[in-house]
Amino acid sequence: MFGIARKLSQAGVLGLNHRNAGYTLWHNPRHLFPLVDDKLTTKTLAQQAGMAVPPLYGVIEIQHQVRELATLLAPYEDFVIKPAQGSGGDGIVVIIGRHHGRYRKANGQLMTQEDLDHHVSNALSGLYSLGGHPDKVLIEHRVLFDPVFEAISYQGVPDIRIIVFKGVPVMAMVRLPTRMSDGKANLHQGAIGAGIDLGTGRTLTGVWQNEIVTEHPDTECSITGVQVPEWEKILDLASRSYELTGLGYQGVDIVLDKEKGPLILELNARPGLNIQIANRAGLLTRLQLVEQHAPTLKSIGDRIAFAKHHFAPINQP
Amino acid sequence: MNTRHLYILALSLVLSGLGLFTYKALVLQFPLVPDATALLWNLEVHASFTAQDKPIKMGIYIPRNTSEYVILDENFISQGFGLITTTPEEGNRRAIWSIRKASGKQSLYYRAVIRRMSSEYEPGEPKTSPLTKPTLETPLLEAAQALAKDLLSKSADTETFVQTLIKRIHNPSPEETISVLTGQNPTLETKLNTVVEVLKASGLPARIVHGIRIPVMARSVLWVMWFQVYDKKMWRSFDPLTGTPEIPEDYVEWWHGTTPFLQFSGGKKLEYTVSVAPNQEEAIQAALLSTKLAIPKLLDFSLFNLPLQTQAVYRILLMVPLGALLLLILRNIIGIKTFGTFMPILMALAFRETQLLWGIIIFSLVVSLGLGVRFYLEQLKLLLVPRLASLLIVVVLLMAFLSVLSYQLGFERGLSVALFPMVIITMTIERMCIVWEERGASESLQQGIGSLLVAALTYVTMTIPHVEHLLFVFPELLLVLLAGTLLLGRYSGFRLLELRRFKALVP
Repeated sequence: MFGIARKLSQAGVLGLNHRNAGYTLWHNPRHLFPLVDDKLTTKTLAQQAGMAVPPLYGVIEIQHQVRELATLLAPYEDFVIKPAQGSGGDGIVVIIGRHHGRYRKANGQLMTQEDLDHHVSNALSGLYSLGGHPDKVLIEHRVLFDPVFEAISYQGVPDIRIIVFKGVPVMAMVRLPTRMSDGKANLHQGAIGAGIDLGTGRTLTGVWQNEIVTEHPDTECSITGVQVPEWEKILDLASRSYELTGLGYQGVDIVLDKEKGPLILELNARPGLNIQIANRAGLLTRLQLVEQHAPTLKSIGDRIAFAKHHFAPINQP
Repeated sequence: MNTRHLYILALSLVLSGLGLFTYKALVLQFPLVPDATALLWNLEVHASFTAQDKPIKMGIYIPRNTSEYVILDENFISQGFGLITTTPEEGNRRAIWSIRKASGKQSLYYRAVIRRMSSEYEPGEPKTSPLTKPTLETPLLEAAQALAKDLLSKSADTETFVQTLIKRIHNPSPEETISVLTGQNPTLETKLNTVVEVLKASGLPARIVHGIRIPVMARSVLWVMWFQVYDKKMWRSFDPLTGTPEIPEDYVEWWHGTTPFLQFSGGKKLEYTVSVAPNQEEAIQAALLSTKLAIPKLLDFSLFNLPLQTQAVYRILLMVPLGALLLLILRNIIGIKTFGTFMPILMALAFRETQLLWGIIIFSLVVSLGLGVRFYLEQLKLLLVPRLASLLIVVVLLMAFLSVLSYQLGFERGLSVALFPMVIITMTIERMCIVWEERGASESLQQGIGSLLVAALTYVTMTIPHVEHLLFVFPELLLVLLAGTLLLGRYSGFRLLELRRFKALVP
């Protein structure tokens, strides 16, 4: 038992206690949390800074407005409904089209107007927010993801998670929905996480249910060596998020839209640790390396160059 | 710098906690382990009422020396009230408080320390021939005499006489001769009254005895009832249900006869409680005495100064921090997931009343039935707060139903379901349902079983008598617990379950 713990430490694996005690509690001041806990705030902030985000169609803030939901949605064929304070993808509904007055979800199921109203009401009462606080609901543009991922995702929208420490991207993965995850890009629910070589933007092997995989279980296409398009732009977005929120240790979620390119989906002040399994590498060594060199990394360009040089698998010791 | 600050804080907490502990243990000689042969008990009767500017009179029976228990010390706390103690009937003692005029809320206390005696002790029991005159009138007297005659012919001695009588009295479908005497659907009290009357009719002096049962854990107690027969020149107690000539050791005789415990006139909103707690043994009494001499202030601020019932509450409350520390270890070092941070501790406290096995069975039943209802409610598309309120109502109904059902089936334990923290259970059901839908059934069950496991472990830890004794006699040990908790707050190593999670990363 202690043997495993020692080996994991040597491999530089970061545990939950260490992440909390050494990184999130230390580098993320609590007063900054509201900036990322509320997706509407994050979105506004990013827009002001000129960073690309999925366009917002509307916001439902109080129960009374639920009645006007149908009218609000009328102009849009497809959209995403998202609780502003939802965590881990909870409460997100993706509507891909309409069918005889009903809404078609990403998994093909139909929802009536009543179903949708109820879902929004639940979200407003705080069903999906962390502390059960009353919440807001965002209705936004449905990302039409870049065809590069078409062969390696099942329904849903794949997204790219990058851990950014002091403005330096330290680790990245792409989360690919599967049949098991019901089209959601959530690793707990059965999505695949594939590590990304920060130097080139090519995918490494993936992890699915704690198992190393090289093919997508539903499409049987290889998930290794896929080039993520516009990688430079993605790294730039991720790195700039540091100045945006001031959080020293954050997870940046980015989606690739077919037309709009990389968009910031949300930021996370307590990003999960599964990214280590997807990359088959520990975070701790990378974080410590950044801590050593932080004073010399002045510009965004410096930070990205540092990441590309040090965190490509080829350069790993 | 920050870490050093923490270490210094923890060190000073440990030093002050252990320092006071050592001083109390070594110098003042407070006992480290509970005395297994604790023979002393504190009794307390607390009555409170509202006076209305009128004369008030309140009388209660108080215990007397018996062959099993003697009173070592007793006192009456009653500001402004006159007090007399009388012997209204042979072998009974009664305390009567009275006042000409009083107003507002009043509290009266009777406190006594009793000691359980070894068998050779002989009390100063009056040896006069007791009253034998039956109190029944004809035709009931004749019925009783007829029954007594019948029983006499079918028994060899007093013991068999009593046992046959008890058996016939407790028969679920009693014969005509019995039901004439007891009436329809008799309570235990009317049954015992009949037993006593029949015994008297047969010429054997008998009486009903009221007493209390000394509980395992200190808290307010309920009355128990049995009867005595004057046989072989002494009053012998008989079990009210089996008729065997012995009663449990922990039954303390209080008074006998059919008069109620308390008689009261002149005020309103009368309430009373009777509580019993193990006395802090002679070792602690001695330690307390030496404390009084050495540092009087220390004693003023000690838990032993509190009323008995409050002391009993603190015996439990002081164990909660230990439960919290255990919870912390299970969550942050082992990595078990639970619903709600402190939910398992509340469950563990509820388990104290239900006992572990029953607690787990009842909890699983309520939660799984509740989950079923919750899944149904999902279809009705209710808003969050009304849905939670409906779920709460259903949970209360389920608990009531389980109590009734288990009582019908003869499981007394099922009644203790009432002490379950129903709001917490409701929230647990709601969380379980959400996790079920969002993250899948296995995640939901994992967390549910995790919570139950943590609750069970916490319960086991929180009920170790030695630890309870230590924390109650030396509450300063909580400072040491606090230090441990603070230090664990900076533990940044792997959680045990993470070792499995990250196994793929082992080079």
